[in-house]
Amino acid sequence: MQQTTTEKMLNLKINGKILQAKEEETILDVARRNNIHIPTLCYHDDLCLSGICRVCVVEVEGQRLLQTACNTPVFEGMVVNTNSQQVRKARKMIIELLLSEHVGDCTTCKRNLNCELQELASKYGIEEVSFKKPEEKRFPVEEDNSPIVRDNDKCILCRRCIRVCEEIQGVDAITPVGRGKDTSIGCLFDLGLDETICVFCGQCINRCPTGALSERDATKDVWKAIEDPTKHVVVQTAPAIRAALAEEFDVPPGERVTAKMASALKMIGFDTVFDTDFTADLTIIEEGTELLTRLKKALVDKSDVAIPMFTSCSPGWINYIEHNYPDLLPNLSTCKSPQQMFGALIKTYYAEKQGIDPDNIVSVSVMPCTAKKYEADRPEMTDSGHKDVDYVLTTRELARMIKQAGLDLMELEDAEFDAPMGISTGAGVIFGATGGVMEAAIRTAYELVTGREVPFDNLNIQPVRSMEGIRAASITITDPLPEWSFLDGVEVKVAVAHTLSNAKKLMDRVRAGEAPYHFIEVMACPGGCLGGGGQPIPTAPDIRKKRAEAIYTEDGEMKLRKSHENPAVKQLYDEFLGEPNGHKSHELLHTHYTEKSNW
Amino acid sequence: MERSRLLSPLCEYSEILNKVFSQNPEDIINLIKESGLRGRGGAGFPTGLKWEFSAKAQAEKKYVICNADEGEPGTFKDRVLLLESTNKLVQGMTIAAYAVGSNYGIIYLRAEYKWMLTELMEKIEEMKNKGYLGKNIQGKGFDFNIEFRLNAGAYVCGEETALIESLEGKRGEARNKPPYPAQEGYLGYPTVINNVETFCNIPYIICHGAEEFKKFGTDKSCGTKLFSISGDCEAPGVYELDLGSKVQDMLDLVGARNTKAVQIGGAGGATASEKDFDKPICYEGYPPGGSIMIFNKSRNMVHVLRNFMEFFEEESCGQCTPCREGVKRLTEAVIRIDKGEKIDEDEMRILLDLAEVMKITSKCGLGQTAANPFVYIYGNFKEDF
Repeated sequence: MQQTTTEKMLNLKINGKILQAKEEETILDVARRNNIHIPTLCYHDDLCLSGICRVCVVEVEGQRLLQTACNTPVFEGMVVNTNSQQVRKARKMIIELLLSEHVGDCTTCKRNLNCELQELASKYGIEEVSFKKPEEKRFPVEEDNSPIVRDNDKCILCRRCIRVCEEIQGVDAITPVGRGKDTSIGCLFDLGLDETICVFCGQCINRCPTGALSERDATKDVWKAIEDPTKHVVVQTAPAIRAALAEEFDVPPGERVTAKMASALKMIGFDTVFDTDFTADLTIIEEGTELLTRLKKALVDKSDVAIPMFTSCSPGWINYIEHNYPDLLPNLSTCKSPQQMFGALIKTYYAEKQGIDPDNIVSVSVMPCTAKKYEADRPEMTDSGHKDVDYVLTTRELARMIKQAGLDLMELEDAEFDAPMGISTGAGVIFGATGGVMEAAIRTAYELVTGREVPFDNLNIQPVRSMEGIRAASITITDPLPEWSFLDGVEVKVAVAHTLSNAKKLMDRVRAGEAPYHFIEVMACPGGCLGGGGQPIPTAPDIRKKRAEAIYTEDGEMKLRKSHENPAVKQLYDEFLGEPNGHKSHELLHTHYTEKSNW
Repeated sequence: MERSRLLSPLCEYSEILNKVFSQNPEDIINLIKESGLRGRGGAGFPTGLKWEFSAKAQAEKKYVICNADEGEPGTFKDRVLLLESTNKLVQGMTIAAYAVGSNYGIIYLRAEYKWMLTELMEKIEEMKNKGYLGKNIQGKGFDFNIEFRLNAGAYVCGEETALIESLEGKRGEARNKPPYPAQEGYLGYPTVINNVETFCNIPYIICHGAEEFKKFGTDKSCGTKLFSISGDCEAPGVYELDLGSKVQDMLDLVGARNTKAVQIGGAGGATASEKDFDKPICYEGYPPGGSIMIFNKSRNMVHVLRNFMEFFEEESCGQCTPCREGVKRLTEAVIRIDKGEKIDEDEMRILLDLAEVMKITSKCGLGQTAANPFVYIYGNFKEDF
């Protein structure tokens, strides 16, 4: 650790070891850095300090009361004991108290073997719970007609769900309800999640240490379809899955399993295995064309057109803007998300091509997202004449199906996606990371306009890549093709934001006329889709970073890196769609939005 | 003493103000430190020190808040002071404001005292008209205003950080400390929070000096204290006594006979039995919050314990595990005992362990003291179990 002259270091003792610390650090900070284990529960790397579970209590010499390591700052000469008799007694009692209020059967719980309460009980050798557990459930399981299911009997009131919803997402849909022993987590006036401003991003599920929060199950329906010989079941997988699925099989984050995933899907019994990256490429063509059209209207026709244009592939973001910024709905691209474009094409283009009756096609998607379940159910998503996407599985649900099929993901042979809609480029795969849609769009739009590749080393547009909450970049167009001469000398400004609290900041600036951008990418989840509400649990900044690295590496290794080079996409336009933003595209691949209430 | 010092008139307020404004804020703080005055709400933090922390904090605004939440069962002393010593309270707050550099005062009034709000507001208005509050107080160039804010009935909001949360419109739940309110309190500004009685002691110290004040009480607990004495006695009421007075002194004063138990310092305080009646009530002895409840030999202490535990169960904010779950479990057990069930030794040991854990791990004073009645009453009145 580098020591500057302004950084004052101090000395303290933990368990007899003399350690150094910076002034603002907490006991937990110092312990972690020195591999001294202190258990925590309400503490989370993504969130502000809470100090309510009291699991991390330690003894500090000179203090009568035990102190919570997570929020107690260190001082010079502090003497800490993390394992004294007092601490052990307190910790055991607190874990037992937590267990005594937790009603649920571990063996059938979705979080079996991935539950922080189980971990505490196991790690500290809890052999009995000294207090009588409730005999019956106190709360009904709330499905709320939403992708998120709540079981307050399993809740141990750590409030991580509330903190992520409030701080990181700025949505604030859930709150503690009631007081004292009757406290539970719910919504204003006891409304269901579907009746409030919840956007179904599922970040709460990712932060929940137990099975109190989970996604609405689609696996049973998908198994039924797979086992039905009359149905042709088609599956598409989002880019973010391949960079995280292995975590569900005890592999450290950052391992890419694209080929094994394709293999697993085939072995589970899906009839056709496609890749959402295909429609990600398609989205770039459609959205890029839309953007250039708007720019032309703005710069040439000087007509009143909504600029900046916002991306529209994140359904959590769509819900958010519908609730909170309905005046900015015209700024949204009318493009559907890749998931929904895919759904519409499977039951038209693909059905026609293969000669399958679309009534017998079941369209399934695997998404890192819980809001996608809501998106698939939106009444307008039936442009194919059927429900475009029948079922949405989260990454976690897919992992469960793989296990139910008796397969071990890491032991499978490699397989490939099916053609034609399993063919994709690197630009498609980077959709999984924040900044990825923007980068993919620039790679194509720039080349379309200038006839040249983007002036970035290896096509890696670094300025839009990072985990910074809001970032901006610009690229000046010089020497465009004659058709795009109106862009000559124009400095195209773009911005990227992830998490809804950052989206809010940016949207407030757009409203105030202080956002001089032409194109803005917004992802509802931290890190983009790779940090989505349907991804493996736990999540943390370093985990998301590793998933991002995997995604960008995958892009770097692919043969084709630009969406407009995707031969299958070209074929789609030739055989079926005609031209980008043409009549057929508008029919199947574009959508509209609805204002929602703002509380 | 012959009559209550806290209720007696003092030198004229204008005199007091002259004394105050002729000194530096630091001098006022040193005077209060010198006097040994400690918080009269029960926690007993040295008042001068608390003011000093706020005075030293740099911020564009500071607040002085009077904790008039008086929620501890059996405490009704602030009620008397609010109505009968309103001007001393206002003087105390004004002097505190001058000492720390604040222009904003809030009186956080217990919901159940709403009936006195109109009268209190009229009194504040009167003081404003006389130039004792508002802009340019007594022409000394110092502004200070006091507004009233109502509590909504939660005992936990008597805890200073839960009080602040409630003022900010949030759930009344204790905050993490540090930061302490003196440095980061209401809306993030340095905030001095003191009990009604604490403020009411200030004018006396200004008027008569620290040495006079120290003539009352003990070395570590200077001054007098108001005690609200109730229960099985002839003359319940509010009494002003030296800190360090013995339990027996109080029993004699109010005509209590056949006393079995005395609950000292409220529901979360200590329960004294006969063998303890010669112990003193002061910061170094029995908790001197002010609440004294007397139970004679006809009373069943398990009933009393049940009453206290049910109170804590109702009032726990529910934020932290040991208090939320612990109070529930202790109350469950006490109800079973009250219904006649015998609790075996093993379970009793677990409950006593639980009580100990609650005391040392709860986030705020409520949880830290909620198990006290269980431990004391079980300890001193086993015959009722």
